[in-house]
Amino acid sequence: MVNSVQAFVGRDKICPPVRAEFVRESVAKAPVGEVERPLSVWARISNNAAVRRIFVLVVLGLVWEGYAVYVDNPLTFPRLTEVLRALSTDMGSGVLPARIGITMQVLLVGYGIGIALAGAITIVASTTRFGSDVLSTLTAMFNPLPAIALLPLALIWFGLGNISLVFVIVHSVLWTVALNTHSGFQSVSDTLRMAGRNFGLKRTRLVFGILIPAALPSIISGLKIGWAFAWRTLIAAELVFGASSGKGGVGWYIFENRNNLETANTFAGLLCVILIGLAVEMLVFRTLEVKTVRRWGMQK
Amino acid sequence: MRAMPLAAVPSQSASTAALATVADPILSVNGVTLQYTTQESVVTASFRVSFDVHRADRYVLLGPSGCGKSTLLKAIGGFIDPVEGVISVGGRKVRGPGPDRMMVFQEFDQLMPWKTVEENITYPMLVSGRFPKSEITDRARRFIAKVKLEKFRDSYPHMLSGGMKQRVAIARGMAMEPDVLLMDEPFAALDALTRRQMQQELLELWDETRFTVIFVTHSIEEAVFVGSRVLLLSPHPGQVRAELNCHHLGMAEQGTPEFGRLCKDINDMLFDKQLPEDCSHG
Repeated sequence: MVNSVQAFVGRDKICPPVRAEFVRESVAKAPVGEVERPLSVWARISNNAAVRRIFVLVVLGLVWEGYAVYVDNPLTFPRLTEVLRALSTDMGSGVLPARIGITMQVLLVGYGIGIALAGAITIVASTTRFGSDVLSTLTAMFNPLPAIALLPLALIWFGLGNISLVFVIVHSVLWTVALNTHSGFQSVSDTLRMAGRNFGLKRTRLVFGILIPAALPSIISGLKIGWAFAWRTLIAAELVFGASSGKGGVGWYIFENRNNLETANTFAGLLCVILIGLAVEMLVFRTLEVKTVRRWGMQK
Repeated sequence: MRAMPLAAVPSQSASTAALATVADPILSVNGVTLQYTTQESVVTASFRVSFDVHRADRYVLLGPSGCGKSTLLKAIGGFIDPVEGVISVGGRKVRGPGPDRMMVFQEFDQLMPWKTVEENITYPMLVSGRFPKSEITDRARRFIAKVKLEKFRDSYPHMLSGGMKQRVAIARGMAMEPDVLLMDEPFAALDALTRRQMQQELLELWDETRFTVIFVTHSIEEAVFVGSRVLLLSPHPGQVRAELNCHHLGMAEQGTPEFGRLCKDINDMLFDKQLPEDCSHG
């Protein structure tokens, strides 16, 4: 070793100095000082996402109230307090809950059928290359088409009624969920697929045993987008003909109050749409994510 | 043999394996040519490869990149059909993947992230129906203990290190008591210190249970001390270059002249003809 070092020196190349070696018999457990220190209360509070979001909402509310006071025209822009009062009055009188009930009923039926169809189509499509081509083409065609654009056709086919509403909702859910599920299936690693086949799983057993759980992050995001699409489509459809179907939903509530120039109630209807959307996002989808993909480390 | 309790295997293997080595190999690969299709062309990965693997063999497929050793292992796993020749396990022709040939992959994502360590090991036993339901949990725990992961039984794979994930995969494979355990460069993605430890643990496990394993590697040293017999494949397309014994050389013999000589011989055989081999295939 020393010889080689000297050889290097001889050739005028830089080499590190050779130093004495040492070995410690035992490393003293001397006080290292701070090993672990709890975060401050403020740091822990600000680490809570819910607290941060509520803060954002409070700020937005204050901005609203301030602007409404400044404009001082309840007909075009009512104050937040008035809107909240209208909301609580109509909630209390049972008008709004009944409207929400009607809307949710149609929505859940459409959403459910959409998901079931999307699941069936994707599973069939994922077992053959031809099926996969068919699905890709269909989703590419129908996904950019706004579901509400089919409402006029639906009205001709199914008349004024819930069937037309369900039809457009199914259309709005189906392609998004199918597209996300399919791309989720395609991104499942070959290794995991081979592992599944190695256990003796084939076709539908492979789909349910390996592909669906492995693609769950994309499936959940598909369900979320599908939910948002369905919700929007339904409110829009109700704005168009909500009352003609007999009993109106939240969309019709908004439209009706606008006609009566009850602007605060119109806002209350909009707020309601937002709040339900938020509640479903936080309670249903967030819980689903926390219990599945986050727990499994498949999503941060 | 398959459904036999594990503890009975080592005591029997001495007598039955000795007969079996002469009579019937557990796995035979006979004149197998493999091709795979890329976007542009059909590539021949291995050409008329033949070899036999016997019970309790640690059989190593060794070769440079592009010799088709991984493709060969996948064919034994049943994932690729040979265009020529026959692969048979326990006298039955291989038709598609199955739990009698459990595979341990190089990639860490072979574990199901939605299942705990224990569930990852019980799941294949459940779906394959190889063992009665009542035995499954017990078997899984026994193998978890063998790979020293008792503390992580209920952990999800994302909480484990790379080495631990590979141990789970090995336990999963062994718990199924396959006819052959197929290992595709299982330690290649590990750091050098962990790799060393895993090699040692694998040899200890083999010593205890005497399973049959086919091990793919591109490291000559690993081949010599992990394997009992080495099949040398030439690159592009893979053809059998030699079949050598190394059962007498283990980790303890590393650094001995005999070990060094064998490694050098293998090295010369792999690189004599085509020294600057292009390594574009994995």
